[in-house]
Amino acid sequence: MSRAAITDLYRIDDLLSEEERAIRDTVARFIDKEYLPIVGKHFRNGTFPMELVPQLADMGVFGATLKGYGCAGLSNVAYGLILQELERGDSGLRSFASVQSSLCMFPIHAYGNEEQKQRFLPGMAAGKLIGCFGLTEPDYGSDPGGMVTRARKSGDEWVLNGSKMWITNGTIADVAIVWAKVDGGGAESIKGFLVEKGMPGYVAKEIHGKFSLRASFTAELAFQDVRVPAKNVLPGVTGLKGPLSCLNKARMGIGFAAMGAAVACFEGAREYALERKTFGKPIAGFQLTQEKLADMLQEIVKGQLLALRLARLADEHGKVSPEQVSLCKRNNVKVALEIARVARSIYGANGITDEYPPVRHMLNLESVYTYEGTHEVHTLILGKAITGLNAFGN
Amino acid sequence: MPLKILVTAKRVEDSESKIKVDAAGTGIVKEGLKYKINPFDEIGVEEALRLVAKHGGEVVVVSVGTKDVHEQLRHALAMGANKAVWVHHDGPIDQLGIAGCLQKVVEKEKPDLCILGKQAIDDDQGQVGQYLAEWLGWAQATFASKEESLESEAEKAKTPAIQLAADGKSITVIREVDGGLLTVSSPLPAVATTELRLNQPRYASLPGIMKAKSKPIEELTPAGLGVDVGVKLTVTKLAPPPARKAGIKVPDVATLVDKLKNEAKAL
Repeated sequence: MSRAAITDLYRIDDLLSEEERAIRDTVARFIDKEYLPIVGKHFRNGTFPMELVPQLADMGVFGATLKGYGCAGLSNVAYGLILQELERGDSGLRSFASVQSSLCMFPIHAYGNEEQKQRFLPGMAAGKLIGCFGLTEPDYGSDPGGMVTRARKSGDEWVLNGSKMWITNGTIADVAIVWAKVDGGGAESIKGFLVEKGMPGYVAKEIHGKFSLRASFTAELAFQDVRVPAKNVLPGVTGLKGPLSCLNKARMGIGFAAMGAAVACFEGAREYALERKTFGKPIAGFQLTQEKLADMLQEIVKGQLLALRLARLADEHGKVSPEQVSLCKRNNVKVALEIARVARSIYGANGITDEYPPVRHMLNLESVYTYEGTHEVHTLILGKAITGLNAFGN
Repeated sequence: MPLKILVTAKRVEDSESKIKVDAAGTGIVKEGLKYKINPFDEIGVEEALRLVAKHGGEVVVVSVGTKDVHEQLRHALAMGANKAVWVHHDGPIDQLGIAGCLQKVVEKEKPDLCILGKQAIDDDQGQVGQYLAEWLGWAQATFASKEESLESEAEKAKTPAIQLAADGKSITVIREVDGGLLTVSSPLPAVATTELRLNQPRYASLPGIMKAKSKPIEELTPAGLGVDVGVKLTVTKLAPPPARKAGIKVPDVATLVDKLKNEAKAL
């Protein structure tokens, strides 16, 4: 699908370098040609297109912002644009890339020792090793410090017990980054463990019955006396800072990604509205439809500018604050969800089937609204930054 | 034996753009159009990269036109070509002019093999490869294709379809002809032109796109090369294909079968 010129009303393209545009357009071509023709089938069947993983790896998508170890070393802007295009296809593929890159490769790169980096990163960049990220638990989502997964030292090993929930790629992962409290300590004792497929006592079970992210694997992980060798502990970080720094990274990409879904819905709905006739004229000619399309475009332009500014801040300053990330994630996912719902209404009854993309994006975005920090948590992060008062917990 | 291969990257309108004939009826409306590398040329770049991956050597990509063609040269560089030559020409040019420029670039670069698209998807003239071979006095293998399908294992392994002899002095090319394949062999240097089924071009790697920025683009001009690019072939009329007629609705299956049988003669 060639892009509608109106989508870039504010010439945001001009704010990108030639290379950034080329990177985005290359991934966009890949999505149009290789992914869009098959995504509906995968969503319907609840499967993930593993055959695309080697191709994405060849392009250098995984761990794209990392340097060395077979990674591409791209900017945060370039990485954001990649995620935007992946999500324009489907959140399932984008989630795979986010988890592999920001949640698994990033902590190994940032907190792992040289041996761990050599052992995992090149294989993960090549898509030959797949990672998953175990932080959320059945009873602890927004409050990760309350986690009950624990590890205790036993000679040269750690013995891991507990469970993790809603883990993207869980059932297909070769290595799980599992965060656990150690030796009876509190949140300050949290460490990252590299739990490998096949370690006795480690089980990943697919979660069925999802209406969202159907073209993605989501699992529950269980650990029963899993003996993890000491060399599989990430030495560089202790406490909640470890997992939260990964999330800050991933959430930045989500600001871009949500706009990918929004663009897919807007462009699809615009095209449909121009072709579909009622009362003898295209529905695009009715004022109510035009208002819907105008609202969509307005939010897309704003959201893309937010995401771009956030990633540029990260590229220029080396990091961004959690509240800077929260504002973008909170806004962009919310407006994308709204855009998907409104796009669905333009498609009328056709909009409820998987023949057209908006309901698929709408259902996916319900997950994105809740994961990587719920919408509500991002509100509280901003509230705390604005007032200096902490509204979390008691 | 390492090979030096020269490929082309013509800038053409994206086939997904909506093309409209302009008011004069001799050109198209350029406003709002997107451009890309001629897909046949892209297949040529891919084949050259595969040959060089197997035998060693280098790939030089050439384009003739305004500064806009840098986008297509960078595309080929991002795919993996080693360097680019830009023949800077801002005015109109025809196939003779382009082939003339290419001939001079070939004489300068001295490649073992030139791989060009068999035609460009904008005007479908399909002349440049043949002119080039003729003027260089080289053999030409047009419409290069292959036996294996684009879904085959060999294709997935990015195996080149053009075969280089063990002594590195000749190539074997499978050509697509009506209803079959024709295998030809030619001494090097030679010119080959690509058919659609020769290969499936790779997606540029993202680090490749970044690296393309620092690869050299040499600027030349037709005057500097001593080529007369005065246009000899002019387009006198451009007509869009006839608009599709509206379909009809049939009241029942019997009528449909009747129409398929007696009007469309499809049954």
